[in-house]
Amino acid sequence: MQASDTDFRPPPAGHIGQPLERVEDAALLRGAGRYADDVACREGTLHCAFLRSPHPHARLLEVDAREALALPGVHAVLTGEDVLRWSSPFVVGVKQPMEHWCLAVDRVRYVGEPLALVVADSRYVAEDALELIRVRYETLPHVVSIGDAIAAGAPVLHGKVGSNIVAERSFRYGEPEAAFAAAAHRIGIDISYPRNSCTPVECGVVVAEYAEQDGSYDVLSNFMGPFSLHAVMALALGVPGTRLRHRSPRDSGGSFGVKQSLFPYIVAVCLAARKARAPVKWTEDRLEHLAAATSATARQTRLEAAVAADGRITALDYDQIDECGAYLRAPEPATLYRMHGALTGAYAIANLAVRNRSVLTNKTPTGLVRGFGGPQVYFALERLMQRIAAELGMDLPELYRRNFVRTFPYRAAAGALYDSGDYAAAMSLACAQGGWEELRTRRQKARAEGRLYGIGCAAVVEPSISNMGYVSTALTAAERARAGPKSGAIATATVGVDPLGAVSVIAASTPAGQGHATVLAQIVAETLGLAPDDITVNLELDTQKDAWTVASGNYSSRFAGAVAGAAFLAAGRIRARIAGCAARELGAPQAELVFANGRIFPRGEPQRALSFRRVAGVFHWSPAQLRAGETPALRETAFWSPESLAAPDDGDRINPSAAYGFVFDLCAVEVDRDTGRVRIDRYVSAHDAGRLLNPMLAEGQIRGGFAQGLGAALYEEFAYSTDGAFLAGTLVDYLVPTACETPDPVILHMESPSPLTPLGAKGIGEGNNMSTPAAIANAVADALGVRDVTLPLTPQRVLELLGEAEPPPPAGLRQPHPAAGTNVLAAEGSVTIAASPEAVFAALTDPQSLARIIPGCSGLQGIAPDRYRAEVVLGVGPVKARYTAEIALSALQPPHVLCLEGRGESMLGAAHGKGTVRLEAAGAGTRLSYDYRTEVTGKIAAVGSRMLEGAARGVIAGIFDRLAVLLQAPAPERAPWWRRWTGRTGGGA
Amino acid sequence: MKRYVAGEKHAVAFTLNGRERQGWCEPRMLLSDFLRQQLGATGTHVGCEHGVCGACTVLINDEPARACLTLAVQAEGARVDTVEGLHDGAGGLNDLQQAFRRHHALQCGFCTSGILMSCEAFLRHTPCPDEKQVREMLSGHLCRCTGYAGIVKAILEVAASRREASHA
Repeated sequence: MQASDTDFRPPPAGHIGQPLERVEDAALLRGAGRYADDVACREGTLHCAFLRSPHPHARLLEVDAREALALPGVHAVLTGEDVLRWSSPFVVGVKQPMEHWCLAVDRVRYVGEPLALVVADSRYVAEDALELIRVRYETLPHVVSIGDAIAAGAPVLHGKVGSNIVAERSFRYGEPEAAFAAAAHRIGIDISYPRNSCTPVECGVVVAEYAEQDGSYDVLSNFMGPFSLHAVMALALGVPGTRLRHRSPRDSGGSFGVKQSLFPYIVAVCLAARKARAPVKWTEDRLEHLAAATSATARQTRLEAAVAADGRITALDYDQIDECGAYLRAPEPATLYRMHGALTGAYAIANLAVRNRSVLTNKTPTGLVRGFGGPQVYFALERLMQRIAAELGMDLPELYRRNFVRTFPYRAAAGALYDSGDYAAAMSLACAQGGWEELRTRRQKARAEGRLYGIGCAAVVEPSISNMGYVSTALTAAERARAGPKSGAIATATVGVDPLGAVSVIAASTPAGQGHATVLAQIVAETLGLAPDDITVNLELDTQKDAWTVASGNYSSRFAGAVAGAAFLAAGRIRARIAGCAARELGAPQAELVFANGRIFPRGEPQRALSFRRVAGVFHWSPAQLRAGETPALRETAFWSPESLAAPDDGDRINPSAAYGFVFDLCAVEVDRDTGRVRIDRYVSAHDAGRLLNPMLAEGQIRGGFAQGLGAALYEEFAYSTDGAFLAGTLVDYLVPTACETPDPVILHMESPSPLTPLGAKGIGEGNNMSTPAAIANAVADALGVRDVTLPLTPQRVLELLGEAEPPPPAGLRQPHPAAGTNVLAAEGSVTIAASPEAVFAALTDPQSLARIIPGCSGLQGIAPDRYRAEVVLGVGPVKARYTAEIALSALQPPHVLCLEGRGESMLGAAHGKGTVRLEAAGAGTRLSYDYRTEVTGKIAAVGSRMLEGAARGVIAGIFDRLAVLLQAPAPERAPWWRRWTGRTGGGA
Repeated sequence: MKRYVAGEKHAVAFTLNGRERQGWCEPRMLLSDFLRQQLGATGTHVGCEHGVCGACTVLINDEPARACLTLAVQAEGARVDTVEGLHDGAGGLNDLQQAFRRHHALQCGFCTSGILMSCEAFLRHTPCPDEKQVREMLSGHLCRCTGYAGIVKAILEVAASRREASHA
């Protein structure tokens, strides 16, 4: 960086806005990432595993860990008792008498809820010990759907609340009733958004240590905060924030909002470390993550529009019900409010009525998932736009054009302040470059040939940099006044120059792969006239040492607009201070100085340049040379909060975000009539996210959001059966799009800089999570010519929409899967055994032979006449469970009829089965025919529902093979056919 | 054939990225855990432990394998290659790694190690892949950040440049 008078190059083009390759990649591509699970732990660190509820709703009668504690290598078991003694329930945004602790204390309320934690020498031993914890449950009635949860007489999750509706508010802006009364048309839609998640490939990791000397906790985790949830954790642990030190490692394997849900686990692992008196590490596994980390909030919406004869929408009326799972976990009920001020979308609609309810069910708590609150709103609003166009017989672009907001800044009815944009121009760009007319021709041609082809659109105002105060819109103005106002969105970054002139940046942005370090290097390099390679960026965050505040973290697309802006401001201060010093030395006005190529010189006089390094060095090596009052050393921390973010006003108007980008998507699909498969023929996404800081990274955000939106539209759902079992417990059940399912979208850009952020940038990372599900659903609805569609649009759903039941399987081929939503399996069959009915009957009723013929059975003992207790190990697909089973024999008609009933409990779930065995003499042997019906819950159901049949068949075959061996008969001859029913009602297949 | 006793630790030795390495583990320890926890080779990542996500893919005797579905003892005596062994011969990024960087084929980078290892084997077997073949190979990997477009481009570009180099 040393300059000489002859070494002059022209100032470089600005780095900001260039598609610079990422500084992060060199390490990641070598396998030299530093993810949370890679960070070395100190000697003596123990490992833990969680015991989780197999029941959707049950009272905890007893948790007996004695046997687990006796296992060599086990150090401690944390249970609800410890949690009650050492912590408090988590605070939540609405005042209701309900308690959420980091472990269940007296009741479990969803399948997968943690209720104990084993600390051991290794994760392997900890998992062994889980099987030795004896839990007695008293199961309780449960609710899994919104309808059931709000029905009169529904089982209530939190008794003191008295209802499953834990938050409700109604709002009114303008004159909605009058607008509806005057409207030519009233057009509505009833619609649901499902549970899903962006499922980062890296799961959660927590390492915690407790310091007895001062009662403090030291945590390293890949939590995406700290933001306001650091306070929630500190309050739960009963320590000042400074005594909950949270450190984030350099790299995170994706977050998408999902890693917000780590916070209860951080508290649990902290308490485990306290109990074990040693550092404790937890690495979440995928099965735990899918079942029990978090989910996007499911929503049921009734949305109506008042529409004038010319297509202008004059009012909207929303009735929204969010399904938040078993606990309202912070920041819920925020899903309902992130979009609140902007519920009128991209449209100039002056009148708005809203009713919001948050409802609890026996499911995993919901929370942040990329797009947070946006997919739910836009799926309803943009599906409604398509319906309005259809009912009015209007061209979609024309309907959009008539309703778009035109002038900026624009204050929406409920308070959002749209900072900049040109929505009609973005739509025109998408239509012109994306081939709107060509797509219509393709549709016409396809339809003429009898094919199913459809086009859909979505227009989305993409909020970024959320207002800390928006969640408080869930409270009444009076409640807010009591709690004190909340507002703003403070971002922070620090720029320092060391004694040798090297520049470093730190920022509280806890990135998860977005390339923050690259963009910060670009911004600071440009400001200081250096090269991005000269800038060292460290984004590890230590809450005990680094600058941060309640809005710090990786959420609400706050990086480009807010954090990058704060770094720009901090770099600007450094530049101004260095320039002041250089101006004195050069005898030139400060404003005339140019910073370029590591040199500083008066404009037009590069031959007089001083080196950046030399001038910066003065601040460290010779502060006496500085002007009086000048601060020595060179380090500047900038905090920035958008001035436009105020607390909700008395009329409940709230500006929920600082910046609002725009997305206009066009989607064309063809649906295969025979298979129900949806093929994306073309996808066009036009974005206006203000000034782009690095277009390559911006496109990366769009492509990633698009792929996740595609998954939400076509594949992904956290499904539950009606009995509360979780059915999407593996990545074979929860289908994520692969490269084969993910087309490349056509991406278009406009840049309407935000007047409200330091660099004019806005967020771009969440738009497609909001627009893509709606655009694809609109295209499919158009292709099928149907009014209502449900996500995800799996082939089965599409075939149902086509009014075509799934064709019966070809003769001789059994259906491969139980019907969705069930985990009941019933079957019948027969075998011939070369032994007399009496001998077979005797074997089946003798405890000693029973123990030998039941696969995986050990320790069978009689507890009453014809009643036995045994340990049975059963495997279904990837998981094996040790059941404590009770087996009863009844309705004995020796030697011909025998009823068996078994009931088992394991840490992976409960199983209940009942069967009848009939024995008839057949030649020299016995024809044994049987039927059975089993029902399983818990993890086994979650991960193995597709494999239950195979597992059951394996067990039955095992029984008869062993029976034959026992009776010294040849292996039984099985009937060549199987019949099987699925479903609670057991209809014929 | 060697007998392994459950609950007892056994020595396991194999060639990791060209170097002889040895560690001790129970027979039930997964190769992914052994690499990361016993040998400190944390470049191989664990994303699902049921063989779907592909993040843990390594090469065992030149063939891609899921380290999470392989027991460490199964790798005894084998040649195991992981992302840490990829380079251009002089400690820099190899052509595939560079192409990934150029095409923004990674964001969080967690799935990348496994994808790179699958690619190395794939491009050996299939030096002239078309886009469909590349996508089918990639379907053994889940990436939640990129939407795959940059990955596909990077692989096709490297396949073309390696072909050119071999004809030169």
